[in-house]
Formats: sequence, structure tokens, C-alpha cells
Amino acid sequence: MTRPLIHLESIHKYYGDYHALRGIDLDIRPGEFFSLLGPSGCGKTTLLRTIAGFEDVSSGNMFIDGRDMKRVPANQRPTNMVFQSYAIFPHLTVAENVGFGLRRDPRPKAEKAKAVEEALEMVGLRGYGKRAAHALSGGQRQRVALARALILKPKVLLLDEPLSALDKKMREQMQVELIRLQRSVGITFILVTHDQEEALVMSDRIAVMFEGEIGQMADPETLYRRPNSRRVAEFIGKMNILPGHVTEGGPGVTVDVAGLGRAEVATEQAPGGVVAGDTAVGIRPETLAILFEGEETTRRVVEGVVDEVVYYGDMTYYDVRVDGVPEPLNISMKNLIGRPVLDVGTRTRVAWDERSLVVLAR
Amino acid sequence: MAIGTWLTTERGRAATLVVPPFVYALLLLAIPVGAVILFSFWTQDFMTVDRTFTLDNYREIATTPVYGLLLRRSLFVSGTVTIVTVLLAYPIAYFVSFHVPAHRKSLWLFLITIPFWTSYLIRVFLWKVILGYNGVINSGLQGLGIIDEPLTFILYNVNAVIITLAHAFAPFAILPIFVALEKIDRSLLEASQDLGETRLTTFLRVTLPLSMPGLVAAVLIVFIPTIGDYVTPELMGGAGGKLIANMIQTQFLQLNNAPLGAALALVAMVSVTAISLVFILLNRRWLRGR
Amino acid sequence: MLRGYAVLYLIFLYAPIALLPIFAFNDGSIIAFPLQGFTTRWFSELWTNSALHNAVQNSLFIAVMTAVFATLLGICAARAGAMASFPGKQGILGFVMLPLVLPEIIVAVSLLIVLRQVLGLQLSNWSVIAAHVLICTPFSIAILNGAFQNLDPAMEEAAMDLGESRWSAFRLITLPLVMPGIVSSLLISFTISLDEFIIAFFLTGTNPTMPVYIWGLLRFPGQLPVVMALGTILVALSIILLTIAEYYRRRGLARAGVADTGGFL
Ligand SMILES: Nc1ncnc2c1ncn2[C@@H]1O[C@H](COP(=O)(O)OP(=O)(O)OP(=O)(O)O)[C@@H](O)[C@H]1O
Ligand SMILES: [Mg+2]
Repeated sequence: MTRPLIHLESIHKYYGDYHALRGIDLDIRPGEFFSLLGPSGCGKTTLLRTIAGFEDVSSGNMFIDGRDMKRVPANQRPTNMVFQSYAIFPHLTVAENVGFGLRRDPRPKAEKAKAVEEALEMVGLRGYGKRAAHALSGGQRQRVALARALILKPKVLLLDEPLSALDKKMREQMQVELIRLQRSVGITFILVTHDQEEALVMSDRIAVMFEGEIGQMADPETLYRRPNSRRVAEFIGKMNILPGHVTEGGPGVTVDVAGLGRAEVATEQAPGGVVAGDTAVGIRPETLAILFEGEETTRRVVEGVVDEVVYYGDMTYYDVRVDGVPEPLNISMKNLIGRPVLDVGTRTRVAWDERSLVVLAR
Repeated sequence: MAIGTWLTTERGRAATLVVPPFVYALLLLAIPVGAVILFSFWTQDFMTVDRTFTLDNYREIATTPVYGLLLRRSLFVSGTVTIVTVLLAYPIAYFVSFHVPAHRKSLWLFLITIPFWTSYLIRVFLWKVILGYNGVINSGLQGLGIIDEPLTFILYNVNAVIITLAHAFAPFAILPIFVALEKIDRSLLEASQDLGETRLTTFLRVTLPLSMPGLVAAVLIVFIPTIGDYVTPELMGGAGGKLIANMIQTQFLQLNNAPLGAALALVAMVSVTAISLVFILLNRRWLRGR
Repeated sequence: MLRGYAVLYLIFLYAPIALLPIFAFNDGSIIAFPLQGFTTRWFSELWTNSALHNAVQNSLFIAVMTAVFATLLGICAARAGAMASFPGKQGILGFVMLPLVLPEIIVAVSLLIVLRQVLGLQLSNWSVIAAHVLICTPFSIAILNGAFQNLDPAMEEAAMDLGESRWSAFRLITLPLVMPGIVSSLLISFTISLDEFIIAFFLTGTNPTMPVYIWGLLRFPGQLPVVMALGTILVALSIILLTIAEYYRRRGLARAGVADTGGFL
């Protein structure tokens, strides 16, 4: 592995008695699009602000590009930030905002103006330089904030929920643009978000945080398919959680799943590690399937009763009650041609697969 | 903690920043008031101050009828001015908050505050011109043939003092009430009418209680300072309209009896504070009792 | 009906001031109706009155000093108010605002005792300035609070993030954004100090301030028309200053991009 661009070593942060960051270890590679994901109040912003230098760490070490960041103030770090509120300077024009960081740059004026123009072009705001900053729309402010941060060619760009102030359509458009921008400038991005979909779509790797700790750090697919714990599984996507009991043995892991029966799973399917005894087992709704009249399968099958139906156009979501499973199973089915929508109370068969089980550490 | 690390935290910087105003207020307010308290227990001995601790000043205040009279009259004037001012001010604040379009509100507030900033002395004196023997009111009423003789009950007595002070403190009463009214969520009022309350009962059961903090602020901001005004009673009050502040001023600047003046000032101060506290308490209980 | 009442109320508020110019230009030495005819001689008398000129000079000096110091203290307090909390912060800021509700005579009396009796100092313009700073600071804080609290704290951080030091971030970003509030605070403090009598009467040295001088004139009926002329000028001046202050306050709000919620307090 190449040398990490950012290296955090058991970072702790206290606000008075409140323990906001509880031993964060983190390596971020150059050029990576890295996301910090987690529920509100878990410390994402705090961690980002520590990297930017706005908050002192209480203990731990931080290196950026091999340099110890202890007592390096924010204005001397090779990081730049896009703030959640964008923090556009309202008394300056767009060009003055974007060129703000070039004030101490010794280059001649004309060259700086050109750099500003290029930065504006990069974010799709060509020709907006003379506008007053306070008269911009939300999406435009966001672009100005991006241009202003990128013009300094930082090693790392920090983004604190940059899309949360935009409406849904604008947000989706900006997601695509941000990815494109990151690829073209090759700068490492660290994105804070509490929107799991956003993180999955955009990131090379994601760290899921809970209460000041990193719960799991992985690429989006691993995170989705192999969550290492119940809280990660529940935070990302939908997951049926069933009680289970691990009885070790064999080449893989043997687990008794409530209502489904005994299953053999591979060790990768227990990313949080296995211990013999009671456990929780997860299975995603889209890996379960309802077997309609006349359909047959080689997968394993249980019987149940439809408890709830939500029709969604392209999809139908079923809750199916299965004997021995405490909560009804969530099942999502594509509405393919010829597939009926079942009524509540219908008896039905449910197909499932051992390979889609995840054994979750508690 | 070293000053270096102290200033790296935001709390530390904030704490450092409040030092200058805080020290200033400490030096020029807290310590001087402490000195007043100390002085009130000393006595004036011709040109020097006798520094033996004594309650003589307070005894004199309690036993000399004129001090009690002045204090009672002062409290009466301050109380009446407060009631009059606040009663007159409430509808104005209500009007500006509820009936003036949003973009015109600051213009109205500006109009209301302007007279307050213009020379206080001259403003008081002009009331003398309005209320006086040959004043605007008397000559106007005489000109219209409503009265034959000039009215005399409107100058050089307590009434004149009250009118003048009520005028001087008007904006002080309007602004806090206005701010409180502005904070009221308008949908509450609609909800109340929706639930079958009339406009009047909506006002009594929703608007008035919600504006109470502003009303209380208005009362205090008028009641407390009026006790310290000696200009208006001096110019408008005549012989029968002098107040405790005139006596304090006389003790300090003419009779050169600072200790007695200090004791009088403290008695006046403590009286208004006590009344204010009782008022706040009663108000709280009333609001909670609803 | 409310509107009618509001108009009556405004008439009540403005009635005394409206009389000022009437008598300032009235060619009669008693201030009473009926009017006598038009003259500008009271204004010419102002022009040649050297005692008045001294008083005005004193007052201007006091008012300028007061405005500067009160605004400096106001900036400190308002900025601290918009920053992170520390134990006792609310109490301290409340204490600094106390002169707003304190009877002025208490301020006057207590400072007189300390300056004359405790410290044994001579009264001078500076004793008045000291007291005026005390009573103007709360007004300055109230005005500047609006300016500082509307600022996004991320703004200064953004400037630092882009390479500026803490001080230059303040100078380049915060200061221009609160400047309208500062101008407004300077003007209001100036106006209050220029007009203040109750305290000044206790604390002036051998040179009276303008209100103290006017107070002296009020006892001589022959001087009253001159006072009217002076009052007219003062009122015109304060209205101009206040209009400018209000203009700056609103511009500050517009810059910060927030809605206007009301007047000076
Ligand atoms: N300056 C501060 N003083 C005290 N506590 C703080 C401070 N800043 C943050 N906290 C606390 O630290 C915890 C983490 O805050 P942080 O802002 O990092 O959360 P977050 O994950 O960004 O949440 P959100 O998604 O709501 O933005 C919260 O409980 C917060 O209350
Ligand atoms: Mg956050």
C-alpha cells in the first residue's frame, strides 16, 4: 500500500466531560473519495474539524502527508473545507470569494484572475465572477464554495454535508458533479454525510461512525453486503435481523437461524468474527423471494402468511409472518410481467439462500 | 493554565474578551455603589466626613417626615407614570406589530424613537410651554371659548410631572412590548379563533399572556429609572411636586451632605427594587396560575 | 380605530418638538402665544455667544470620546456574546447591561463619591466621559449584538481555512460585516452623551457641558428664545445622525442577508 495521505492514531476529543471522539484510527489514501457516515451527533463534524485544525485533539496523533499536525493551525494545513453553510463572504463578489485564498500568493494580478476564472469554469460558473455573492442560489453558493477551496490545490478537501441544504433533484445532480470533479482534480475528498445512499453512491471507502467510534470501515459493497455488526447492518439499507445460535464446526460456521433452520455459512459471512453461542443473523429483503403459484426453486424454502403489502410501482414490499421468526420478514419483489400482487392473509412460500446470510457480532 | 493554550480555545478567547467591559463596569459601577453603601453609614461633619459606623442617616430619614413624604410621592409618581405609559404604549406596540405591513415596521419604530433622542432638557421645558399659564393648551382653549380663565391644575404640580415623564419614557415602554408581540407565532392566534375563541378572548387568553415578558420589561424599564429623574420635577413640579431625586441632588450639590444623600439614594433604590421584585413575583404566580 | 389612536399618539410624541422651530423664529422674548412675527436674531445670538461655544466644544469632545470607548467595549462584549459559552458568561454580560435599568442619579451619585471623596480628584470632562461610557456601553452592546449574532461563525473559519491568521480573518471578514453596526453604535452613543444632563450636572468640572449650560439658561426668561434656537439646531442634528445610524443598521442587516426585525433596541 502507498503511504497514507492522512494517518490518524487513536484520536480522542473531549468537550468538557463529553467524550466526542473515542479513539479514532484511520488511514486515507491519496486520491481517495472517503466518506464519514453516521447518525446525528456521532462526531462526524468533530472529526472533520479536527482534521481541518479548527478543533484541538485531546490526545492521539495526526499526520497529513507525513507531517505531524500537532500545533499546526488551520491556516497552515494542506486542507481546505467546504462548510455546511458554505460560509460565502456576503460582502464580496463571486470572484473575490473564489480568489480569497490567493491574497498572499506572489503571482501577478492577471495570473491570479486567470486562476479564478479557471476555478469558476471548473464548477460550471463561468462568467459569474462579477456577481454579488449574497444574491446566489443554494446550488451556486455550493459551487462557489467548492471553487474557493479547490483554487488553493489542497492535498485534502473536506466537505461537511455539502449537499444537505439542496433539494432532492439538485442534490442528485451535484453528487454526479462532485464525483466527476474529484476524478478530474485527483484531490483526496473527505465527505461527511448522514445520508447512507449518498455515501454508497459517491465513495471509494466509507467509515461508519457511532458515538465517537468507527463501527466499520470498508468499500460500499462490502459495507452493504458484509456489515460487521448489528448497528451497521441496521444503519445501512434494510436488513431483516433474526435470532440465531452458532454451533462451531466444519470448514465454515454452522448457525441455527430462528424459523429458517440450520445453515452453513462461509467465514467471510461473519465479518465481525464468530463466537459459539447466541447471535444475530441478518438477511437483506432483496435476497429473499416470494414463490408464486407454480414456481419452483433449488434454494431453501419456508412457509409464511402475508401480513402487509405496500405497492410501490416498480416494486412491491411484503411483510411475511413465518413461524419461529419473531418479526415478519421484509421481502422486496420486482413487479415483473405476469407477477401478481398478493393479498394480505395469503399463504405463501419464501425462498432464501445460505450465501446471503450475515452473522452479526453484537 | 498558560496564556498560550488559554487563547487557543474559543471559550478562553470569549472569556478574555469580556474582561474589558466587565472590569469597566466593576470599577465604575460595582465599586462606586459599594462606596455609596459605605458612605451612607458615615456622617458629614462640616467639611469632613466622620468615618465612625452609624445608622444616624437612616434614623434621620425615618424620623423626618419630609423624606418619607418625598419618597412616597416619588413612588406614587413613578408608579402612575409606569401605568400610564404602559397602558398608552401597549396599543401602539400592538398596532405596529399586528397591523403595519412588515416593510413599514421599522419606519414606524424609527418615528417612535426619534423624539426620545432629542434634547431631554428642552423637551421637558417645552411641556412647560404647552401646559403653562399662557401655554398652548390654555391659549387654545381660551381662543375657542371653552374656558375663560387659564387652567392652573396642569402646571407646577404632580400632574404636570406625570404627563412629562410619561412622554419622555414612551419609547422605552413601546419597544419591549413590540419585541414580545413580534415573537408570537401568528398561527397560534388563528388556531385559537379556529377553536372558537372570539377576537377579544383570543387577545385575553393568547396574545396578552404571551406578550407578558415584554410588558414586564416595559414596566421595569420605566419604573426604575423614573425614580432617579430630578429635572422634570424641578422644572414642572413647582413646590408641591418635588421628588426624592431633588432631595438627593440638593444634599449632594447644595448642602454638601454626601452621607445623607447616599443614604437617601440607597433607600430610593432599595424601594424601587423591592417593589419591582414583588411585581415580578406576582406576575410569575399569575402566569403560572392560569 | 387603532390607526387613529396611533396617529394621535404620534402627535402627542411630537407635539413638544414641533413647537421648537415655531418659537425659535418668533420675534418675541417670551415663549407664549400669540406669536409676534418672524426673526432669525436668536440664531445670530447663538453665533456670538462664546460661553455657549465653549460648552458645545466640551460636549463634542465628551461625546466623541464616549462614542469611541463605549463602542470599543461594546465590540468586546458583543463579540464574546456570540462566541462559545463559559461558566458565568450570561451573568457577566447581564451585569454589564445593568446601567440600562439603573436610575441615572445612582450612577451620578456613586461616581461623585468615588471621584471626589474617595480618590480626591478634581472633576473634569473625563469624569463625565467615564460615566457616559458606562451608560452608553449597554446601548452599544444591544446594537452590536444584532450585528455579531447574525454572522455565521463558519465565515471566519473559512477565511482561516483559506490561509488567513485569526486577526486578519477578523479584519477582512467580520469587521466589514459588522461595520454598519459599529457606525450605528458610534452615532447612538454620541447622541446619548451629547444630550445627557442628569449625570453631567453632578460630574462636570469648571467647564459646563452643553446641557448643563442650557440648564443654566432656563432660569433666565430672557435667554429662552436663544434656547429654542439652539434646541432647533440640536433636534435637526439628532434627526440627521439618527437617520444615518438607522441607514447603517439596515445596511448591515441587508449585508448579512437577514430580515429586519425592528429598531435600535
Ligand atoms: N463545541 C462543542 N461543545 C460541546 N459539545 C459539542 C461541541 N461540538 C459538538 N459537540 C457535541 O459532540 C457531539 C458530536 O457532534 P458533531 O457535531 O461532531 O456531530 P455530527 O456527527 O456532525 O452530527 P450532525 O449529523 O448532527 O451534524 C454531539 O453530541 C455534540 O453535541
Ligand atoms: Mg455535523
